[in-house]
Amino acid sequence: MLLLEGVRKSYAQPGAERLPILDVPRLAVGAGEQVVIRGRSGCGKTTLLNAIAGLTTIDAGKIAIKGVDLTRLPEAARDRFRARHIGYVFQTFNLLPGFTALENVLLGMTFTGQRPDRARAADLLNRVGLGHRGHHKPAAMSVGEQQRTAVARALANRPLLLLADEPTANVDPGHQQQIIDLLRGVCRDENVSMLLVTHSNEVSDQFDRVEQLEEVNQVLKANV
Amino acid sequence: MSLWRIAWKNMQQRGVASSLTVLSMALGVAVMVGVIVIHAVAVKQFSSYAGGYQLIVGGKGGDLQLVLSTVYHLGESRYTLPYSFYREFTDGKYADLTVTAVPYCMGDSFDPRPLEDGPSDQLYRVVATTPDLFDKLEYGVNRDGTPRRYRFRDGRNFRSDHAFEAVLGSVVAAKSGVKVGETINPTHGISGRGDRHDEFLVTGILEPTGTSNDRAVFVNLEGFYLLDGHSLSQKTVEEKALSGPTGPPQVENPRGVLPPATLYNNNDEPIEPLSEPQREVSSILVLSDDQMGPTILTSQINKDQNQAAQAVAPLRTVANLLEGIVGPLQVVLLVLTILIVVVASISILVSIYNSMSERSHDIAVMRALGASRSSVMLVVLSESILLSLTGGVLGIILGHALIAFAAPYIEAQAGIQLAFWEFDPWEIAVIPALVVLATLAGLLPAISAYRTDVAHSLG
Repeated sequence: MLLLEGVRKSYAQPGAERLPILDVPRLAVGAGEQVVIRGRSGCGKTTLLNAIAGLTTIDAGKIAIKGVDLTRLPEAARDRFRARHIGYVFQTFNLLPGFTALENVLLGMTFTGQRPDRARAADLLNRVGLGHRGHHKPAAMSVGEQQRTAVARALANRPLLLLADEPTANVDPGHQQQIIDLLRGVCRDENVSMLLVTHSNEVSDQFDRVEQLEEVNQVLKANV
Repeated sequence: MSLWRIAWKNMQQRGVASSLTVLSMALGVAVMVGVIVIHAVAVKQFSSYAGGYQLIVGGKGGDLQLVLSTVYHLGESRYTLPYSFYREFTDGKYADLTVTAVPYCMGDSFDPRPLEDGPSDQLYRVVATTPDLFDKLEYGVNRDGTPRRYRFRDGRNFRSDHAFEAVLGSVVAAKSGVKVGETINPTHGISGRGDRHDEFLVTGILEPTGTSNDRAVFVNLEGFYLLDGHSLSQKTVEEKALSGPTGPPQVENPRGVLPPATLYNNNDEPIEPLSEPQREVSSILVLSDDQMGPTILTSQINKDQNQAAQAVAPLRTVANLLEGIVGPLQVVLLVLTILIVVVASISILVSIYNSMSERSHDIAVMRALGASRSSVMLVVLSESILLSLTGGVLGIILGHALIAFAAPYIEAQAGIQLAFWEFDPWEIAVIPALVVLATLAGLLPAISAYRTDVAHSLG
């Protein structure tokens, strides 16, 4: 379902050679598969997810989702593809503060080119246990509730792939397991592939397939 | 969720800044609406004052001076005409083309304050005329096309054979408190410092007409001639070689009021009218029913070398005045108000642009959710347009509220009648103009939104 081949990414440095960040010879995730990539902070996990989401362009290689090579799509088409087929759960939730929980989920449906489905948005909030909080703004919600709202938003468009960037890092320990269970449960129910990056052993231990970023990313391997 | 709704939510999120921006735009538009509406109504009313007069005939001099003194009771009428020239319209050579001729004699004023208080700034012009002014002339047309006729709120018109009767305009009656049955004493001259004349009995008070006649006192011409200083000396009469009809009517049906055979004072005692050769008129209002009548009369009068008379169509004179003086002034005022609105638009730019760094995160989130660069750009432009339009609509309402609030003062000072719902078609142009301005103002922040680095802004 997701296939990365020969993906390279580097950043320009003033007065110096380009700094390589990513060198992923191959990474594949099957349909409905749930994969964890483990790695310490600052080792390119977010860059990898941004590259897969098409938010960051890569220097070389191929990133394909269900056979569509995102690197060959023009930017507008990549944006549309991301809106329709990729869900993204951020470490810092990234809910828009001026919007209610329901509106944040509806916002996730806005850019697909189709009419937002209010019934589905409400249903998703029910499934993440926030049916009664739809009209509350993020500031009035706990961090656990905010992240659950973010999960509902990421699944709003029935994506093929859900990217989760340290989804429990800012959640209090009491709610971390709740978020992981929620992510795994709804992805399983909706047959969504999940690629979750984390530095937490507690999280990674629950998954069948765990990749070490040092193994996946040749840049880190060379530095070890 | 539409891009407009997202923009609206963004506005709500920055409630205070958005409100202040909307307020500055609203004030700018309110001033603009005020200028547009007040000017339009003023021009309309100024023109409509003149609408009731088909043709004004007066002594040769400036045509504007003649119109201003006759229609608006402003300035002085220096060039008089002999009474015999008036008779040319009633039963002389111009009678065939005339339906009604109404003579005006001006030059006196009415000060409602007691004499011992000295001259006041509340002076009203006195117009000596014939009852035909209210019986046979109209003062313009209503919106439905029907003619506007003079009506009496109290009392009745003055009688042609009762020399010392008078009628008050509605404003004069309201301000002076003079009622029907009371008497007034006109003052000689228009400065208010002249001698007080004999008294006139007020027989009627007009309903408001919305014209300058509301601020005038109308007295019987026959009485006016009998006041001190209003008759030509015998010597002057002999010097002037007069032509035109005098004495009894020369035709069966004269087109205006002629000196009555018997004239009475207010005690119903017969008095002697002033002889015709000793009479002068300031101007003559001429109504002609023939379509070409006014044109033919104007041409004949203005070409007549023997007469020091001129005929003017007041509507044309007023149009020239508005075009020549008021028009450029209006342009200057409009330019100033447009500048105010442009400044308000710049405040929108500043407000949105200053918030770009804090909203770059929201923009990045939307981009991560699949929004294209052009979508986030449109959200910012929509916000600019919404701010501008909200301010614009509020400004139009505020402008009209201010007009309604100031209406009594403006009416008292300038005689211009205004109402809250007094709309001008030009106001409709404000809305598309605001959209264009808002688009221009929003362009810079919109480009900034377009260029937002998503990965960097998401942190």
